[in-house]
Amino acid sequence: MEEINSLMHGFAVALTPMNLGLMMVGIVLGVLIGVLPGLGGANGVAILLPLTFAMGNTPAGQVSAIILLSCIYWGALFGGAITSILFNIPGEPWSVATTFDGYPMAQQGRAGEALTAAFTSSFVGAFIAVLMITFLAPLVAKFALRFGPPEFFAVYLLTFCSFVGMTKSPPMKTVAAMMLGFALAAVGLDTVTGQLRLTFGFTELLKGFDFLIAVIGLFGIGEILLTIEEGLDFKGMTGKMKMKVVIETWKQLPKYWKTSLRSSLIGCWMGITPGGATPASFMGYGVAKKFSPNGASFGKGDIEGVIAPETAAHAAGTSALLPMLTLGIPGSPTAAVLLGGLLVWGLQPGPMLFEEKKDFVWGLIASMYLGNIAGLIVVLTTVPFFAAILRIPFSIIAPVILVICAIGAFTVHSSMFDVWLMVVFGVIGYVFKKLDYPLAPLVLALVLGDRAEDAFRQSMLSSQGTVTIFFSNPLVGSITTLALLMLFWGPLTSLIKRIRG
Amino acid sequence: MSQQESNEKSAASVRVVDAVTAVIIFAFGAVVIWDSYRLGSKWGSDGPEAGYFPFYIGVILCIASVINLLNALREKPEQDGGESFVSRSSMKMIMSVMIPTVVYVALIAGIGPIPGVGIYVASALFIVLFMRWLGHYGWGKAVGVSVAVPIVFFMMFEIWFKVPLPKGPLEAMLGLN
Repeated sequence: MEEINSLMHGFAVALTPMNLGLMMVGIVLGVLIGVLPGLGGANGVAILLPLTFAMGNTPAGQVSAIILLSCIYWGALFGGAITSILFNIPGEPWSVATTFDGYPMAQQGRAGEALTAAFTSSFVGAFIAVLMITFLAPLVAKFALRFGPPEFFAVYLLTFCSFVGMTKSPPMKTVAAMMLGFALAAVGLDTVTGQLRLTFGFTELLKGFDFLIAVIGLFGIGEILLTIEEGLDFKGMTGKMKMKVVIETWKQLPKYWKTSLRSSLIGCWMGITPGGATPASFMGYGVAKKFSPNGASFGKGDIEGVIAPETAAHAAGTSALLPMLTLGIPGSPTAAVLLGGLLVWGLQPGPMLFEEKKDFVWGLIASMYLGNIAGLIVVLTTVPFFAAILRIPFSIIAPVILVICAIGAFTVHSSMFDVWLMVVFGVIGYVFKKLDYPLAPLVLALVLGDRAEDAFRQSMLSSQGTVTIFFSNPLVGSITTLALLMLFWGPLTSLIKRIRG
Repeated sequence: MSQQESNEKSAASVRVVDAVTAVIIFAFGAVVIWDSYRLGSKWGSDGPEAGYFPFYIGVILCIASVINLLNALREKPEQDGGESFVSRSSMKMIMSVMIPTVVYVALIAGIGPIPGVGIYVASALFIVLFMRWLGHYGWGKAVGVSVAVPIVFFMMFEIWFKVPLPKGPLEAMLGLN
């Protein structure tokens, strides 16, 4: 049981007073981010990332920095449920499905029950995902050590093709958003040839587009604009948490173990393949509705309708870190931002990380156990406080969030140009969201663009320009085939349906 | 669409915005292709040239936008495609946030004839005007929030994390640079 030893070592790394403190700060900030409109997991972490630049100079600091940022992510995953249940407003896209049964429960005066169920199932989903990461990640990393450039490009291809096959947006819009990300990633100095690409003489474009700016603009400003348009006034149920209600709810949760297990598996799968937490939550809800004996009462305040999506969303959000750590491929926009952080601190995500930076990897994995326990305690005890924050009118919150976004964009490179860029990305984010262009593939392509291109170039170099290299051995061939299968998933399934009648 | 929404005047239909967006993305793709071609998108003496990869990105981008454009145009105006992208009242709301935001960003470091006042003063002005005009708060409350928030950020960034943000004449006067 080498993993257990490594994990114990990880706990030793993570369990310092400083790290435990950062964990609490991260969780509280994360819940706050999850509750506020316009601030979400991805842009919240992006805004706070520059504050950790200095921390990343030492190995111990790198562990602390990733603990802080990942705990913000866990907090945001927890926080999304609060607004969904009490206000019928999903604080995060992955908590939309939680509103279906969570809000009706709150209307019936069962808010405490719904919140307890949501938080506990989030915890269960995350816990199962972390268990999976603990035992699966080292294997994947070991396996991936054999990967050469063609294999890596094939995995990138698989990542992006799954987006096309799996997202609900029109496939060609997904492709367009993705290619836009790749094109933006190409802007600036080409490190291989030393030539300038797509800069057209603008010196500001030399260093290219930083995806953190894109994330803050697309998800932050864009979201604010959407919220303003909807003219939200937060009228919600009060959320009081009584210990008695918590215990009562916990007593009835075990009988839904099948739903939890199903949702966890869905979540883990969707997190590893880049489906992400949002589709996972909908899928978890839909599957539970189909299989549950009381499927008919879903949507009217069934506790199972809260358990299913929350478990799936949290499992997906957590397991999105597996491909990020082992292959350097993030499974969600927030994981992409965390990957950006690793790069800034001088860490190279990928299979070598497990060999060379054991402290970092296992410290992070251990902190995922601790962070989720801390998260559960924090959210169960502080719901009234966060519900009160939601009662602050939007006309106070909106300008403050816009200011935070501007500061966040500036601190990435201390550049005013980036702040302007953020505003432009904000408008793009608003238009794209309304036209059903998915934002996640754009961000992921922007993050992975250079690495994907390097892998492609190196593959092409060794094959002298023929694409058959992506089928040259069984390993790379099967990944590429799987990728193509995912790409044409939509047309294929409709074809099969038509054949069946 | 609900009765109320269809009564509101539309500033633009989804169909039109969808089509225009596809055209803009197509144009961007064309620029990518053109620049890649300029750099060399073929096989050079020592391997793929700088434009090799972006060239194909541009091609796929253009193909995808043509299909998106055709899809947008195919939508019948009387059906889904006639749906409003944004109503006039929403557009007004959006503009009443976007314009102050742009002015705010301009004020941080100054641009053209606009003088830079630093991020803290600009933030204070932005919050006070936002709260006063869009939130209809009294001056007292608005000024209170708008002064408190930048002070908190100043403490956080300049003192705790030692991350300098753009400052203007006020900070210089107070000797805080």
